[in-house]
Amino acid sequence: MAVNYSAKEEADGHPSGGVGVPGGGAVGGGGGGGGGGGGGGGGGGAVKTRKPDNTAFKQQRLPAWQPILTAGTVLPAFFIIGLIFIPIGIGIFVTSNNIREYEIDYTGTEPSSPCNKCLNVSWDSTPPCTCTINFTLEHSFESNVFMYYGLSNFYQNHRRYVKSRDDSQLNGDNSSLLNPSKECEPYRTNEDKPIAPCGAIANSMFNDTLELYRIDNDTRTPITLIKKGIAWWTDKNVKFRNPTGDGNNLTALFQGTTKPVNWPKPVYMLDSEPDNNGFINEDFIVWMRTAALPTFRKLYRLIERKDNLQPTLQAGKYSLDIAYNYPVHSFDGRKRMILSTISWMGGKNPFLGIAYITVGSICFFLGVVLLIIHHKYGNRNTSADIPN
Amino acid sequence: MYCYLCHFTKLQIICKISREICSHLLLFTAIVYFEKYVCNANNNSLTNTDNLCICFQYTFWNFIPKNLFEQFRRIANFYFLIIFLVQLIIDTPTSPVTSGLPLLFVITVTAIKQGYEDWLRHKADNAMNQCPVHFIQHGKLVRKQSRKLRVGDIVMVKEDETFPCDLIFLSSSRGDGTCFVTTASLDGESSHKTYYAVQDTKAFHNEQEIDALHATIECEQPQPDLYKPLGSENLLLRGATLKNTEKIFGVAIYTGMETKMALNYQAKSQKRSAVEKSMNVFLIVYLCILISKALINTVLKYVWQSEPFRDEPWYNQKTEPERKRNLVSFTDFLAFMVLFNYIIPVSMYVTVEMQKFLGSYFLTWDEEMFDEDTGEGPLVNTSDLNEELGQIEYVFTDKTGTLTENNMEFVECCIEGHVYVPHYINTISYFDHTLHYEELFFRALCLCHTVQVKDDDSVDGLKKNQFSRRSCIYISSSPDEVALVEGIQRYVCNQDNFMEILNRENNLEKFELLEVLSFDSVRRRMSVIVKSSTGDIFLFCKGADSSIFPRVKEGKIDQIRSRVERNAVEGLRTLCVAYKKLTAEEYSNAQKLLQNAKLALQDREKKLAEVYEKIERDFILLGATAVEDRLQEKAADTIEALQKAGIKVWVLTGDKMETAAATCYACKLFRRNTQILELTTKKIEEQSLHDVLFDLSKTVLRHNEFYSDLVCILSLNRLSTDMQDYGLIIDGAALSLIMKPRQDGSSANYRELFLEICRNCSAVLCCRMAPLQKAQIVKLIKLSKEHPITLAIGDGANDVSMILEAHVGIGIIGKEGRQAARNSDYAIPKFKHLKKMLLVHGHFYYVRISELVQYFFYKNVCFIFPQFLYQFFCGFSQQTLYDTAYLTLYNISFTSLPILLYGLMEQHVSADTLKREPSLYRDVAKNALLRWRAFIYWTFLGVFDAVVFFFGAYFLFDNTVVTSNGQMFGNWTFGTLVFTVLVFTVTLKLALDTHYWTWINHFMIWGSLVFYIIFSLLWGGIIWPFLNYQRMYYVFMQMLSSGPAWLGIILLITVSLLPDVLKKVLCRQLWPTISMRPDRRHLHQPGQQLFLLL
Repeated sequence: MAVNYSAKEEADGHPSGGVGVPGGGAVGGGGGGGGGGGGGGGGGGAVKTRKPDNTAFKQQRLPAWQPILTAGTVLPAFFIIGLIFIPIGIGIFVTSNNIREYEIDYTGTEPSSPCNKCLNVSWDSTPPCTCTINFTLEHSFESNVFMYYGLSNFYQNHRRYVKSRDDSQLNGDNSSLLNPSKECEPYRTNEDKPIAPCGAIANSMFNDTLELYRIDNDTRTPITLIKKGIAWWTDKNVKFRNPTGDGNNLTALFQGTTKPVNWPKPVYMLDSEPDNNGFINEDFIVWMRTAALPTFRKLYRLIERKDNLQPTLQAGKYSLDIAYNYPVHSFDGRKRMILSTISWMGGKNPFLGIAYITVGSICFFLGVVLLIIHHKYGNRNTSADIPN
Repeated sequence: MYCYLCHFTKLQIICKISREICSHLLLFTAIVYFEKYVCNANNNSLTNTDNLCICFQYTFWNFIPKNLFEQFRRIANFYFLIIFLVQLIIDTPTSPVTSGLPLLFVITVTAIKQGYEDWLRHKADNAMNQCPVHFIQHGKLVRKQSRKLRVGDIVMVKEDETFPCDLIFLSSSRGDGTCFVTTASLDGESSHKTYYAVQDTKAFHNEQEIDALHATIECEQPQPDLYKPLGSENLLLRGATLKNTEKIFGVAIYTGMETKMALNYQAKSQKRSAVEKSMNVFLIVYLCILISKALINTVLKYVWQSEPFRDEPWYNQKTEPERKRNLVSFTDFLAFMVLFNYIIPVSMYVTVEMQKFLGSYFLTWDEEMFDEDTGEGPLVNTSDLNEELGQIEYVFTDKTGTLTENNMEFVECCIEGHVYVPHYINTISYFDHTLHYEELFFRALCLCHTVQVKDDDSVDGLKKNQFSRRSCIYISSSPDEVALVEGIQRYVCNQDNFMEILNRENNLEKFELLEVLSFDSVRRRMSVIVKSSTGDIFLFCKGADSSIFPRVKEGKIDQIRSRVERNAVEGLRTLCVAYKKLTAEEYSNAQKLLQNAKLALQDREKKLAEVYEKIERDFILLGATAVEDRLQEKAADTIEALQKAGIKVWVLTGDKMETAAATCYACKLFRRNTQILELTTKKIEEQSLHDVLFDLSKTVLRHNEFYSDLVCILSLNRLSTDMQDYGLIIDGAALSLIMKPRQDGSSANYRELFLEICRNCSAVLCCRMAPLQKAQIVKLIKLSKEHPITLAIGDGANDVSMILEAHVGIGIIGKEGRQAARNSDYAIPKFKHLKKMLLVHGHFYYVRISELVQYFFYKNVCFIFPQFLYQFFCGFSQQTLYDTAYLTLYNISFTSLPILLYGLMEQHVSADTLKREPSLYRDVAKNALLRWRAFIYWTFLGVFDAVVFFFGAYFLFDNTVVTSNGQMFGNWTFGTLVFTVLVFTVTLKLALDTHYWTWINHFMIWGSLVFYIIFSLLWGGIIWPFLNYQRMYYVFMQMLSSGPAWLGIILLITVSLLPDVLKKVLCRQLWPTISMRPDRRHLHQPGQQLFLLL
């Protein structure tokens, strides 16, 4: 029966070899079942259940929202943004334009300026140099008017300047009062006495006095300037506090400290009213909030509308009396006085309105462009696959 | 160089230090131990080399300093440390906390992780070092902790115990001086291996006898190669387990850290992924940006300050020390560096590492990649290379056990030109004239192997077996042998150096096994020398045809050769069997040679190989066997998918050409219409290598030009199979000719030419490869001029070299032990799992990490560039725009979690689509998402956004009032506004990029924004008692109370996001990548409807 199998085999293809070989008749020791498994890496039995759990998380099949940004989905968004932004922008722009604002530069660099004589004023000039600037308001200011002083080229945001303060001292901490923070250097002590308030910011507090008069037929009527409510409520009531101690006598509470070098009088003599004196003087608080940019304005006074019939400031002639104490010429600075009304969105600022209108228009325009692209190329792409 | 050591057990260990043996890796160890031995020899005392196995890196005391040192050796950590120190030393704009806290966080997390791992190692070490060991002292059995074991101690090991150190096997309870051992914990091979006691000592059976022993052992310097044990088979390795043997005695020769197991703990060389490399390049770019930013600012600062009223106006005087400071410009430069240092974020490293580590769990959790049969799932040995799985351009695969099952079935044998199939073997009535050969053939098959019979009652089993038809299980490390032995069904038992087989009359024949010339992959054959009961000595040899035929002097060579070739074409594995008869004299000569070679200390392998070469010659050819190795399920499908994905698949195998080619056809690597180019030894013999190479390249290149023209004209799908494609077959000998360096320096040319040919072939098959050649091929491709990313996959020890060489090494948890899986970066149960691993997981990992990297740079450009711009408005004074808390927490908590989650969950296309359409893999090929163009786009987007934030806020705040009560905002409100826009934009940008919104994504993205708001409210809501400044007090609330601030925030966010949305839409519409197409098909319809509506 020994056959040369070559021919038959070809017809069969591959005869199934060792699998299920019969036991081999009388021959013992056969039966190869499972022999092949012997070499396997002893996994099976030893490891119990390494099978991973079939949870959605582990199989990365958590239910998910799968948005895709296509021209189709983005188009409406562009149009909607356009449609919302343009009206908002117009609204802001109109509001901004309705705001009355009047600004006087009283630095006095020009020889013709009344304040030119005060240009090189120094800190301790007594009596203070005063000057008067007359101006005319073309339009009347209907609602409440806010009076600002503005400084230019004044780096309140300089790092050395910004950190030169002691917030614990200003918060009424008694130990900091007598031992101010090192950050206040070189305005920390004067003649071995701690300075209160210490630091460069406090030391350089704006100290011009501005007074506004209305001129009616050569009579000067002073306009009431309110000096409360110009600082943040939280600053005035929480962040800034006078030192605590026996009694309310600020002079006693500030015992042992000295005034900042540049100040004419100590901190407890800033104002006659006790709730606007010392660290909680609002002019002081406003100054202590350092401005973000080198050209800035700070709220100085409020002019409230008296009755509903008359505008707060009628159109007409006014004069501004300035006690010129604050030198800015040495660093090329400018000083301004600004009168402004305020809307719900603050002062005059055309930027926001224009920006909204521009962005809205761009969105709308892009929407149109996308629509064209979508229309033009949308169909072509489905048919032709461009290999890249 | 010899040195001597005296032990109280009467053994001397002579350690010979041979420098040649010490690879450069081990040089250090060698020198250290050498010194130790010298010291011992001098003192004649025993103070070292106890059996303390130290795998831990740290002790309780040195943990902090050592760990810190290790961590700061990383360049990034060191950079952050420097920044931190600069902040401590000089007056810098930001407090040291801002960089110290994140650094502390990173260092702590890493330290905790490493500490935990080390604690685990401590525990493992303790368990190992304290387990009790029996050893013999002064003739008595003593129980001691394993750590007290010293070189030279005699140890007794009982059944199922693990060897406590590397032992020389002295004697066994089994009469024949053998023992069975499994090395499952070393290499995963669960088969029982037989070890033999040293001949001279195998008679010592009890403690007293052993104790009386006085001997000298000469041993090599410890070396880590598990697979090159001491020449004699009597070295028992630590970690292996004693089986089927009651007890053994052994003498400790390598203990503690010198054992092979401990030496094998040495870490593999680090592989770095392409993403990591581009990340480092980007880092350098950013470092340059950082330095140039700081330089620009420093220079401008001095230009600006040149006027004294600017440097020191009356309202802002310097202190005396500030005026007197030296090197002001340098400290200014450093201060600017510190100010902008956040552009290179600490947290990126943490996030990337967490993403990789956590992300790799998804691979191991994948149910589809779990194999029910073996109960194995994928293993991740390193998570560093996850994303590299999405970048593979070349796959090098082993054939046996990888493409095929490695489940061998005996198909036929050919004896003297006659073919038999298994069913008939036992019923053959032999032709008289072939009787002799058949009998010899089956004897050869039965004797020439290393198979063991697994039975529980080992001694009595034999007799029972003979007549009861109890099935027994054969165990071997080679599945071919199992298949053969099973097919023959005559092998009975291997016992006491005797092998018993049944002859055709069912009588038991007994052979004494004299020598085994074991198999190795270079020789590709093995031999045994046996002595029959009649006293004849035979040498039986079994091996690959190429290694047998040249050594045959008689037999029906031509008939058998043609049969072998025919079988090979059909994809069967063939082995040839030959024998020769030895005279007693010849045998004793051979034995002497073998003994000498085995005991050699230097170049043992080389010497053994030489001896084998001498002995194995002048054979008489008996016949050949054929074993079928079936393809793994879905191997063809997987290869097809990989090729569609643009991956070139190369098969590297040790098999012969015909078999390998047949497998390649079967698994569709070659198709019917593939034109096969051959670069084989045979062809090179006909023509010169030079001519062959040039011919091939001409064929391939001409075709290629034509082909690319055609593509241009038709712009057809590249994958169309009706195009002519080429398959190259090359064999090991031809390869070594190509690789061999030449005097005239033309080898580089050949190499280039060869690479050029390979590049234009769709599939390459390399057969007859030695393991090292596999690695050579991988290296050749890896270092070719495109620097493609390579992947090697294999299951056996012979694939380890290429697995280690390739960018990504994948091991199949297969039958040839676990060595490949242990050395790989990833291990999978079956070849088919490669498809999902690359096409789905790899793709996801790559998309995720590239977005993560780009996004991290983007968000920090957005973060820092406004600070840079602000310097122009604050007199270059290094004033920060944001508050310290924001600076510190931006990267840690406000923007870190959404991107980490994106890095774990994102699926831009569903996993099913990726699997269904392999061509999507091309979308991310060649590091597509991290190319310079993408990087520059992201950077410019970041700069654009930063400009929008800053100047938007600038014009909003510029010299005007933004509150309805007329009060003014300060610089901190300005910064907070920019920061708020920043956090929202950056988070929403990620939201736009997220394609897969699970509830976790929603939670993280919206949660981060809510967290930012809550934090800001809280941070500004209280006067913080421990802070010496209260600058943020109520700033955030005041900002929110202002209408224009709200409007501004909304406007700026919209403007910042607009270009990116536009880019996304336009890209999808005009230049869609492949992965965008399937989605568009579904979405096209609603789009059109909308168009109609409008």
